[in-house]
Amino acid sequence: MYTYIVKRMLMVFPTLFGAAVVVFLLLRLIPGDVCMLKFGGEGGYADPEQIKQCQDMLKLTDPKIKQFYDYMSGFVRFDLGKSMWTQQDVTHEIAIRFPMSLQIAIMATFVSVIIAVPLGVISAAKQNTLVDYFVRAISIAGIAMPSFWLGIVIILGLLIATQAWTGVPWMPPIFYKPIWVDPMHNISQLIWPALATGYRYSSVATRMTRSAMLDVLREDYVRTARAKGLIEKIIVNKHALKNAMLPVVTVIGIEFAFLMGGLVVTEQVFNLNGVGKLFVESVTQADYTLTQSLVMLVVFIYVVINFLVDLMYAWLDPRIRYS
Amino acid sequence: MATSELPNDEFVLPKQKTIWDNILRMLRRQPLGSAGAVVIILMAFAAVFAESIAPFDPELENFEYMLSPPGTVHEDTGKVFYFGTDSFGRDQLSRMIYGARTALLVGFTASFCGAFLGLILGVASAYFGGYIDLVLQRVCDVFMAFPLIIMALAIVSIFGTGVEMVIIAITIPFIPNCARVVRSSALALKGLPYIDAARSVGYGHVRIIMRHMVPNVMAPFLIMLTAFVGQAILTEASLSYLGMGVQEPTAAWGLMLQGGAEEYAESAPWVPIWPGVAITLAVFGFNLFGDAVRDVLDPKLRSQT
Repeated sequence: MYTYIVKRMLMVFPTLFGAAVVVFLLLRLIPGDVCMLKFGGEGGYADPEQIKQCQDMLKLTDPKIKQFYDYMSGFVRFDLGKSMWTQQDVTHEIAIRFPMSLQIAIMATFVSVIIAVPLGVISAAKQNTLVDYFVRAISIAGIAMPSFWLGIVIILGLLIATQAWTGVPWMPPIFYKPIWVDPMHNISQLIWPALATGYRYSSVATRMTRSAMLDVLREDYVRTARAKGLIEKIIVNKHALKNAMLPVVTVIGIEFAFLMGGLVVTEQVFNLNGVGKLFVESVTQADYTLTQSLVMLVVFIYVVINFLVDLMYAWLDPRIRYS
Repeated sequence: MATSELPNDEFVLPKQKTIWDNILRMLRRQPLGSAGAVVIILMAFAAVFAESIAPFDPELENFEYMLSPPGTVHEDTGKVFYFGTDSFGRDQLSRMIYGARTALLVGFTASFCGAFLGLILGVASAYFGGYIDLVLQRVCDVFMAFPLIIMALAIVSIFGTGVEMVIIAITIPFIPNCARVVRSSALALKGLPYIDAARSVGYGHVRIIMRHMVPNVMAPFLIMLTAFVGQAILTEASLSYLGMGVQEPTAAWGLMLQGGAEEYAESAPWVPIWPGVAITLAVFGFNLFGDAVRDVLDPKLRSQT
């Protein structure tokens, strides 16, 4: 097991290094830079002196190799530099927004598991019936519906529903308060984006649960259980579900990593000042230091979660370690 | 002897299948896929004949009809705003019809280019093997670690916005995805005798890859291709919604949601509702169709999903 962990861990670094190189190449070697964008704008006149000054300040005139070295050593020292727009530390900019985004991601994962597992199981147990078709339609619709639109529909629904019930339209609170300060306030603000993202991510997990369950239900031991007269409910819930969970766990893990991407649009709809919104802002303002750090953060989360999922998989299914 | 007494007469050849028989057969076997196909055909129809179907010019601003509810009649021409108007007084229905054009253009171009480049890369990677394969696969690993929308946003931030840039931004992340899937199918082909035979006859690498291997990995290629179209439409809508995609005044569904759609959620719900319905329906159609294509081409999965 330990050799497997070490081997798998060593595979994390090339991916991270490669991603860092890709981000560097994308953002630095393309003609034009922040200074030209900042002072030149679109076809506007730029004072060459001013641009030169700005480039010197941001060390953009250094040889590319030196820039690359500075950039990589920054990652190792966890010094991500300063935002080119606000001049604040990038680490600070991310740190103040990260807890909220993480909370939404975790809540959305919960929502998606709560939706996906029961639906997937029912759909598999009642394969090719109306229930099955209905569940499949719901899950395909989840993939098709953009989460930002679902967010708009949720807001609209809230307004109409509260208007009808209480006569006063209610909107989720606008200011963020950490859950340990004011749990009610916090939940009533963040549950809606979590629902919008969670439903979307439940689709893949539902389909995975369904197909994994169908596979397991055809196994010999399930037939044995049926032959000895066990109730179908027990067979499905106790015998089959556990073994079907393996691929589902993987999907949920990977989805969690990609949730960060999904948050980019959802935070925009609900006007939440999280990491996703920060990313959109950094892209709009051509703030390269911030953009590259955020991209690397997402890649880092993805790679680490993939690593953990692989470990869990190997732990759950010992055959994987030896192959 | 009359011809009707010939013994052969009992073995009447089956009637030649007409195109209608084939369509009926598909409807029976793949009801969901057929529904998807209908949505796609409708969308394509709207996109191609947008000029004649759309009641208004999608970019025509009528400031006296700003945010008119559905059913309002335009007094000068007597035409009806069936889906209402947006904050510039532009007809929503016309913008949706023209939006189908943008969505299909981006969807088809990005997924075709992405899947095709992935196909070549994947087959070449499997064919050459060794270091080339190793390096290409590691590069794919790296690219696949970026969520689609993050990668697309990063690319747009460098190249700028607009329809062409959006297509590039969506194409690039598709390449490694398709390459990975195609490669695993191509690896199985590589060991087959006819590839060895082709090589021993002295055919060049390009000829073997393009004429002997590529046609045999069409199934995974087509599966990826159909799966990509829906994703591409969704990503285009997301990018446009964020203001980093297609730019005004071009009609695009995501863009229609961007113009302060949340603000009007209460006062003019038709502004945010319709474009979202269009996006959902389009992606739903392509997903259903894609699932059917996968069922037909990949019998192993037929009973499962």
